[in-house]
Amino acid sequence: MTDNGILRIIARFLIPFIMLFGLYIQFHGEYSPGGGFQAGIVVAAGWILFALIYGLKAGLEVIPEKAMYWLAAAGALIYALTGVASVLLGGRYLDFYAFEAFFNTPQAAQQFGIITVEFGVGLTVATVVMLIYTFFVRRKSEWDEVMRGSDAE
Amino acid sequence: MIDIGLLLFLLVVAIAIVKVRDLFAAAMLFAIYSLLSAALFAVLDAGDVALTEAAVGAGFSTILVLAVLALARRYEHPTGGHNLLALFVVGVTGAALIYATLDLPEFGAADNPAQIHVGPHYIEQSYPDMGVPNMVAAVLASYRSIDTMGEVFVIFAAALGVYALLSVKPRRRQFVLPRRPRSGKARDEDDES
Repeated sequence: MTDNGILRIIARFLIPFIMLFGLYIQFHGEYSPGGGFQAGIVVAAGWILFALIYGLKAGLEVIPEKAMYWLAAAGALIYALTGVASVLLGGRYLDFYAFEAFFNTPQAAQQFGIITVEFGVGLTVATVVMLIYTFFVRRKSEWDEVMRGSDAE
Repeated sequence: MIDIGLLLFLLVVAIAIVKVRDLFAAAMLFAIYSLLSAALFAVLDAGDVALTEAAVGAGFSTILVLAVLALARRYEHPTGGHNLLALFVVGVTGAALIYATLDLPEFGAADNPAQIHVGPHYIEQSYPDMGVPNMVAAVLASYRSIDTMGEVFVIFAAALGVYALLSVKPRRRQFVLPRRPRSGKARDEDDES
């Protein structure tokens, strides 16, 4: 698909909007439908569109595979460590009222907690989706290689 | 009225999925099915669920199915004959489920069990507690925060599982297995090689 001019131009035009929409439903999730899960998928969909049109190699230049492993683990850890932080501040696990010491109102503490854990969710979901796509595409090229090898015999 | 129309379309698409033998067409029909479900959720004012269904069901699942199809064959193996026992089991189960819907409380009634348990508390308290207008986000991220953390770890585990399965390099079969009925997956691999 890499040589189709229409696809290349349309994808280049669409991807920024997809990413922007992903960020919108990530950080506007407490006001409108959305949240980390949906935002992660949308951001990953933007990347997958890029990788479909420009090839997986170009996609992995945007975000290296190693970074995806780290970010996927980091997202889950952000979530879990938010809970640990609330315990250390004297609350129960994932009790966001514990962050009240840093904010003026208990509502602000809750919102801080929600935004933080949703960010962790988004990070993990986005990178996991990208990783699974990468695994399958790589499998296809490995498989083709095995088939070519068997033809040569 | 509009939900009856959407449900009718869902039925048509579901029958088409069963009937079609071209797996690419089936994948696209599944995407349409998810999109129709998302529209149905949107009609029911469930914006968060609609967004998830559209993104995950119509978007990511379709990409995954297409990625698997790139490795498998395009057309389904024809299976001869009809399995009457399976038809019987499906028929009885379906009839039982439809019979069970007669016992369900009226849709959207104020005294439904779902409406009189913790629901009112969340509806009344989520804004004063957190100042978050989207109740779904409040329940998901704060009231039910530990559940959501479990979901995140499940997703992370899914990536590990796929990695564990696909990190083994594919290998060409070195010998020809004797012809005997085997599971569909193994047969497909033989056909490819």
